[in-house]
Amino acid sequence: MTRRTPASRPDSRRRPVPETLHLSAALESTGWHPASWREPGSRAGELFTARFWADTVAEAERGLFDLVTVEDSFGLQGSGFGPPDDRTDRVAGRLDALLVAARLALVTEAIGLVPTVSTTHTEPFHVSKGLATLDHVSSGRGGWRAQVAARAHEAELFGRRSIPAVTRETLQDPAVVAVVEDLFAEARAVVDTVRALWDSWEDDAVVRDVATGRFVDRTKLHRVAAQTPWFSVLGPSITPRPPQGQPVVTALAHARTAYEFAAASADVVFVTPRDAQDARAVVAEVRAAEAAVGRRGVPLQVHADLVVALAADAAQARNRLDRLDSADGEAFTSDALVVADSPAGLVERLLLWRDAGIEGFRFRPAVNATDLPALVDEVVPLLQSAGAFRRAYTGATLRDHLGLARPANRYATV
Amino acid sequence: MSVPEGKPRKQIVLGAHLPGVNHHTVWQDPAAGSQIDVKSFAHLARTAERGFFDLFFLAEGLRLREHAGQIYENDVVGRPDTFTVLAALAGVTDHLGLAGTVNTTFNEPYELARQFASLDHLSGGRAAWNVVTSFDAFTAANFRRGGYLDRSQRYERAEEVLIAVRALWDSWNSGDVPADSATEQFLARHGVGEFDVRTNQFDVRGRFNVPRPPQGHPLIIQAGVSDQGREFASANADAIFSPFRTLADAVPFYRDVKARAVRHGRLASDIKILPSAGVVLGDSAADAQEKARELTHRQVSPATALALAEQVWNRDLSQLDPEGPLPEFDADTTSPPRWRGRAIHDPDLNAVVARWREVAARGGLNLRETVIEVTARATFVGTPTAVADQLDDFVQHDGSDGFILHPPVVPTGLDEFVDTVVPLLQERGSLRTGYTGTTLRENLGLSPARAAQPA
Ligand SMILES: Cc1cc2nc3c(=O)[nH]c(=O)nc-3n(C[C@H](O)[C@H](O)[C@H](O)COP(=O)(O)O)c2cc1C
Repeated sequence: MTRRTPASRPDSRRRPVPETLHLSAALESTGWHPASWREPGSRAGELFTARFWADTVAEAERGLFDLVTVEDSFGLQGSGFGPPDDRTDRVAGRLDALLVAARLALVTEAIGLVPTVSTTHTEPFHVSKGLATLDHVSSGRGGWRAQVAARAHEAELFGRRSIPAVTRETLQDPAVVAVVEDLFAEARAVVDTVRALWDSWEDDAVVRDVATGRFVDRTKLHRVAAQTPWFSVLGPSITPRPPQGQPVVTALAHARTAYEFAAASADVVFVTPRDAQDARAVVAEVRAAEAAVGRRGVPLQVHADLVVALAADAAQARNRLDRLDSADGEAFTSDALVVADSPAGLVERLLLWRDAGIEGFRFRPAVNATDLPALVDEVVPLLQSAGAFRRAYTGATLRDHLGLARPANRYATV
Repeated sequence: MSVPEGKPRKQIVLGAHLPGVNHHTVWQDPAAGSQIDVKSFAHLARTAERGFFDLFFLAEGLRLREHAGQIYENDVVGRPDTFTVLAALAGVTDHLGLAGTVNTTFNEPYELARQFASLDHLSGGRAAWNVVTSFDAFTAANFRRGGYLDRSQRYERAEEVLIAVRALWDSWNSGDVPADSATEQFLARHGVGEFDVRTNQFDVRGRFNVPRPPQGHPLIIQAGVSDQGREFASANADAIFSPFRTLADAVPFYRDVKARAVRHGRLASDIKILPSAGVVLGDSAADAQEKARELTHRQVSPATALALAEQVWNRDLSQLDPEGPLPEFDADTTSPPRWRGRAIHDPDLNAVVARWREVAARGGLNLRETVIEVTARATFVGTPTAVADQLDDFVQHDGSDGFILHPPVVPTGLDEFVDTVVPLLQERGSLRTGYTGTTLRENLGLSPARAAQPA
């Protein structure tokens, strides 16, 4: 299958510092700290209800965030990369992220809804129509966090392929590296196919021509005919092209293979730098990945992930984390930098990272109940005063919020 | 007088079907709205809830239908994803059951169990699954798996999917999430979600990651009336979607399925029989009949009549006059079907031809009129009072437990029914005036789902 993205040259130059940062919240149960569920106001007992999710996303929307992501995995949560553990004092269990996002569509108005959906075990045809429909039901606010499911125990839940167990020790093992490369190559084929299915209906395919009795013009419907080593899909989709043309595709990436996947497939990449200097290096790596995969069209938007624990000052914020750590019995660590700071301290860091080429931030609240309101009520106003963030939603779609144009349809004849 | 003597009055179960891909949908109507816009779905669902319906129903098709090798253009084409629409509708309804048709051949049990359990949580216990096995290699072209499954294997797979999905739903007990910060227990016990299912078609194990759904098990609906289908349904299903619309056909089916359910150790009332039905209302009997006639002529245009006849004869009939006589030749039973992607096929085409000929001869009908006669679905026609009587009689005489209504115009096609017939059914005491339970299962008066085995 050939990739046909809107043509223009690869862009490895630095773009001008954006005037407007993109902000988002990563929704993960009651928060990202494993003890967050025990905090007052966490509403852990309501975690599996719609109201919990509706209230949480309403908070993010009050903060005018571009989007929320909804975390997901097939496996039950556990520590590390292995199978679930036997702890009963941590949150375990989660609802399907696409359904959660869809449930939020008619009870929110402006915020983008970006569920995590696997590229490994879910049929690309289902992924495509599910996300297209999310875009339809949200009137153009749908997105996708495309995620490779590389865990051995998750493959066993499906029983149709086996993936070797990966540990920190075997990570450099050539056999394991080959498996991971293959999963990412498959992920690229999945995103390509899903995007092709989104384009498989031209925008004006539904004609509803009473005179001729034709509901649709079949010349505007297209086979995708994807043949890959992993799957095949004929197409066209059963679902008309989504309002955004293509929902926004995002990916979280920490290393070369994943940067290249994002560069080939995504509109936005979430990265995890440790400091401003590292941020600069990561952005350079992302641009190198774009060149390596021959990305054409609009450059990847680079957003940084940060776990945030906020308090009146840095010391109190640190205390909060220590208290959470001791409740959990373990020091919390994360792939993303954990920032325990005051709102002003956080904002100072955000602006520094912005100068290093980071265009947006995806906040992972340590405790939703505490940190999400702090972000909305304290961090956002500071960013607004600094001229770095919007004061109202100006667009209607997620692409509008992100400043991404609606893509032309690859099949449309001009 | 509509309740047979000595019998308690049955409550009528009502479902609303948002019709999509079929020739019954009159998309040409000036009132017809989008078939994709969520506003259409929300309007119909809210109308149904206003009329105290039990459920909202969506069909499924996983490949665009083709006729003579080309995508068929004349009916509605395209539909949104079922789970996604139903989850969104959960946000704008409070009581309505949300039923989705989802195939077992092109989905994996772990994902199906997660999706339906998630829908059940996100709707507060309103999810239902219409389990289907169709179609064939035609649909399989969009998927990595399933094309090689022949008919018998598809049913085997369907049964095994249901076994696996139930094992997953049962892998959490209802008290497994105390989320109690005082005792530091988010989970009540070790090993929640453990499962290990090995069948002919599946070898799946691990730990399921969705807590037990509010209904225990989301409802299972089955559509199909073969002996195999009846056995499967009477053992497993909470509702059957049946095609019988006359009491003569419907009563024996009703008795048979209820008796089978009892043989499987269930209550007769634990399986609801729900034929699909159309309603046409008018100011007088004659007015309603005229509207019904008009409707069927709009549904079966000359082009649609020919297309449907080509489906039966399996030949190119484009030279035929749709307002003329039926073709005199037999069906082509050796060539591959001209129609691809239709849900319901009668394998014996010449038996269908014979039936059509009989209908034509009896009524002195031309081809188009014959097609109208054999595919007509407007079962209940009359004034609101007459239709309320007909519906009530059908249910009280055990033709069914209720109906799945499919309005021909989306999304306003149920408005009039809800405004006029629903109050009459309520007056008769045959339709609720408020929702009594919080879950679909409770509203239907079904026994609770079998509790999970304690660990
Ligand atoms: C009332 C009714 C509605 C049905 N709706 C659908 C549907 O929406 N999608 C679908 O794939 N099959 C649908 N079917 C098909 C059946 O569920 C069943 O899977 C099919 O008839 C089995 O096909 P086979 O036994 O001919 O292989 C429906 C059947 C009936 C009787």
